[in-house]
Amino acid sequence: MAEPRSHTQARDFWTATVLWLGAGSVLALLAWILGDLLLQGVGRLSWGFLTEPPSDAGRSGGVAPMIISTLWILAICLATAVPLGLAAALFLTELASRRTGRWVRHSLDALAAVPSIVFGLFGNALFCHVLGLGYSILSGGLTLACMVLPLVVRTTEAGLSNVAQEIRQGAAALALSRVTTLRTLVLPAAAPALLVGLVLGIGRALAETAALIFTSGYVDRFPESIHDSGRSLSIHIYDLSMNVPAGNDTAYATALVLVVLLIASQQLATWGIHRWIQPERSVR
Amino acid sequence: MTSSKPSASFRAAADRCLTVVLVGAAAIAGGLVLWIVLFIARESMPALLSIAPWRFATDASWHPQDGLFKITPMVAATLAISLVAMCLAAPLGIATAMFSSFFAPARIAGLLRRWIEILAGIPSVVYGLWGLTVLVPRIAAIQAPGLGLLAASLVLALMILPTVALTAEAALRSVDEDLLRGAAALGLDRTGTALHVALPAAKNGIFAGLVLATARALGETMAVLMVAGNVVQMPGSLFDSIRPLTANIALEMGYATADHRSVLFASGLALMLMVGLLVALSTMSSPEATDG
Repeated sequence: MAEPRSHTQARDFWTATVLWLGAGSVLALLAWILGDLLLQGVGRLSWGFLTEPPSDAGRSGGVAPMIISTLWILAICLATAVPLGLAAALFLTELASRRTGRWVRHSLDALAAVPSIVFGLFGNALFCHVLGLGYSILSGGLTLACMVLPLVVRTTEAGLSNVAQEIRQGAAALALSRVTTLRTLVLPAAAPALLVGLVLGIGRALAETAALIFTSGYVDRFPESIHDSGRSLSIHIYDLSMNVPAGNDTAYATALVLVVLLIASQQLATWGIHRWIQPERSVR
Repeated sequence: MTSSKPSASFRAAADRCLTVVLVGAAAIAGGLVLWIVLFIARESMPALLSIAPWRFATDASWHPQDGLFKITPMVAATLAISLVAMCLAAPLGIATAMFSSFFAPARIAGLLRRWIEILAGIPSVVYGLWGLTVLVPRIAAIQAPGLGLLAASLVLALMILPTVALTAEAALRSVDEDLLRGAAALGLDRTGTALHVALPAAKNGIFAGLVLATARALGETMAVLMVAGNVVQMPGSLFDSIRPLTANIALEMGYATADHRSVLFASGLALMLMVGLLVALSTMSSPEATDG
């Protein structure tokens, strides 16, 4: 009897060892990447880096215009995607039949899977050429809005469908109109989910590069309006590392700024999801 | 109702207004993906109508400005890096998922998931930068130039690893508890439970995740653009410089005109169809597909 038992124990030991090594190597890889970012990026980082324009093709100076451009692109993206996404999510939870709802959801899932370079092609053709907006912050922001829309809709929808059906029934029994029910009861209850969707959208939009190269363009000056071309932080990283010899230090510093922003927004979203959208799952 | 007639009709009007707005928004959101396909198809029509389809394979080379449109090396490059990346990411990702579902203490499993989510959140351009400055010189030390299939596959593997690991973990976690308890009651050890009970039970979910990860790999642009070397040639060895389809679009969109531009849109369309097929396959094979 003792023989097979020790045999299985030995087997479990070896499996566990292999898996610990596998998981450990994943952690080590991540630590390697983040460590490099930190070590190579922190040297160029200073207050001036965040507040000054670049000089010498970006090798020195700062990234202030890129931060402004990124914020503008982000603002246009969210100003479009959030109201549209909220309305679509409200449709899915309040109005849609099962069939229609399924179609819209499938279609949004398909949209979420579209490669970002294809969004870039689409944005370039539609916004820059057909609508005549040219390479501009407006084109870039609208392109990103198409991209983050599925994320905003699905998160908001999850929050809305968590609002108890009894609230809606109670409101209907009181003969409240749909508008009033939504405005005074459902929306406040679902507001946190909307915020989480917003933060997830910010994360996705901040990280995006390929969709922006041919929509918002390359220009590294301070944008004067949303019709100007503006270079996002992500494109700045690309340009510095590919087109500017000896641009790597600044590229790393910019990447560090971007990744810190991203991790912060991601942690905020994760916290919000556990807190408000799937409270039961956070127990695990 | 009768006592407040004006307000009731106002409310009805407001409700109708709201309905119109919501239906309109849902129509835009739901129709957007179709619109994108049609729009890109429209832009690629000139090329597809004026260039015979076999010429994408039989033309002498890719010199679009001279009217030569051999696109097969780039298709091959995309498939090659995706394949190698999957071969690296799939075992590592599934192992990580097995580890955190069956062998790791709960706290370590939670920590691991957090880290993998961070890995998933790093932008592709940062992976590209890291690959370019860290991996490429190391590969170049083995065989120049360093930029090429191997570097692109490695970076890509890192990028799709979170997709594989997180979907596989979700699939393993949704395996019926009774099944696991049954295995324990039969005296099966952890390895046996994990490999022969949980893994087969979760295989549909894991497969769906792998397919989704492949779709990601096919569509990834920035990271591969930065480390693949971008020489248009058939991939022959791991160290060859290659140019994937996505990189080609990103490199040439800036100056492409007429048929050239149209061919780039056509390659985007092809990319989108490939990704679409994979995502449909993934949705069909995922266990949640039946829920609606």
